Amino acid sequence: MNKSAKTITLLGVCTAAAMVLSYVETLIPVPFAVPGIKLGLANLVAIYLLMKLDWRYAAPVSLVRVLLTALLFGNAASLAYSASGAVLSMLVMIGAKRTKAFSAVGVSVLGGVFHNVGQILMAILLTGTAQIAYWLPPLIISGVVTGAAIGAVGAVLIAKTDPRIDQK
Amino acid sequence: MDKIKLRNDIILLAVILAAAFAVWGVIRLAMPAGRYAVVELDGKTIASYPLDTDIRVEIPSEGGHINVLVIRDGKASVESADCPDKLCVRQRPVSKAGQTIICLPHKLIIRIDGESGVDAEL
Repeated sequence: MNKSAKTITLLGVCTAAAMVLSYVETLIPVPFAVPGIKLGLANLVAIYLLMKLDWRYAAPVSLVRVLLTALLFGNAASLAYSASGAVLSMLVMIGAKRTKAFSAVGVSVLGGVFHNVGQILMAILLTGTAQIAYWLPPLIISGVVTGAAIGAVGAVLIAKTDPRIDQK
Repeated sequence: MDKIKLRNDIILLAVILAAAFAVWGVIRLAMPAGRYAVVELDGKTIASYPLDTDIRVEIPSEGGHINVLVIRDGKASVESADCPDKLCVRQRPVSKAGQTIICLPHKLIIRIDGESGVDAEL
């Protein structure tokens, strides 16, 4: 296979994997009565591509995953929430990687936290109710916990696998 | 794993958690007890119920959906709803000004307030 075919294949497989993880996540009941808490399983794919390769792989896969998942399993409102979370989270993770200060775990924690911050901002925007910010602390804490877990799994994947993409 | 990055990760985690708990503490302390449960549908205030009177009322929303609001012992909660996720039902009863129960699928917000927000009841 030539290089571009490899890249396309990798992006396709990763997008499919991210969508499956998004779907699996909807099957897992959330034990907390706070709206918006979730595992963020699909972020595993984003963190893997971002840290193993770079944002040019991670960002498109994340974007396509959000759009397709909303089309298949969601609605306009869920698209607005997941897109705002995914975009903000991706931007922050790209920035965090650039600082070279954090491992995959740190980057993933920031991604998890800002995914939830993005969703809260969208909820405030859509409902016009600033009091929703009341949910920020529990959502930030859940973002730290799930982000750390996803980042730890991602770090193992990054260390043990090789997507065989020749960079540059 | 890189030692410096591991240290930075731990500092990052600690700072974020500390900030979240600090914000939480400030919000909790700053919240006075509320007097009314104000019902907002799609951003518009449609009704308001005093917290000192026990009631059970059905709140209709778009598409014939229903959330059942219950006020008991000065606290408001959603007893049942026909939304898919039931997050509003699982939320704890609220009684402090600024607290909310939100049902995103029905665009419904029940907000505790010091004032009634509306003149007429539903």
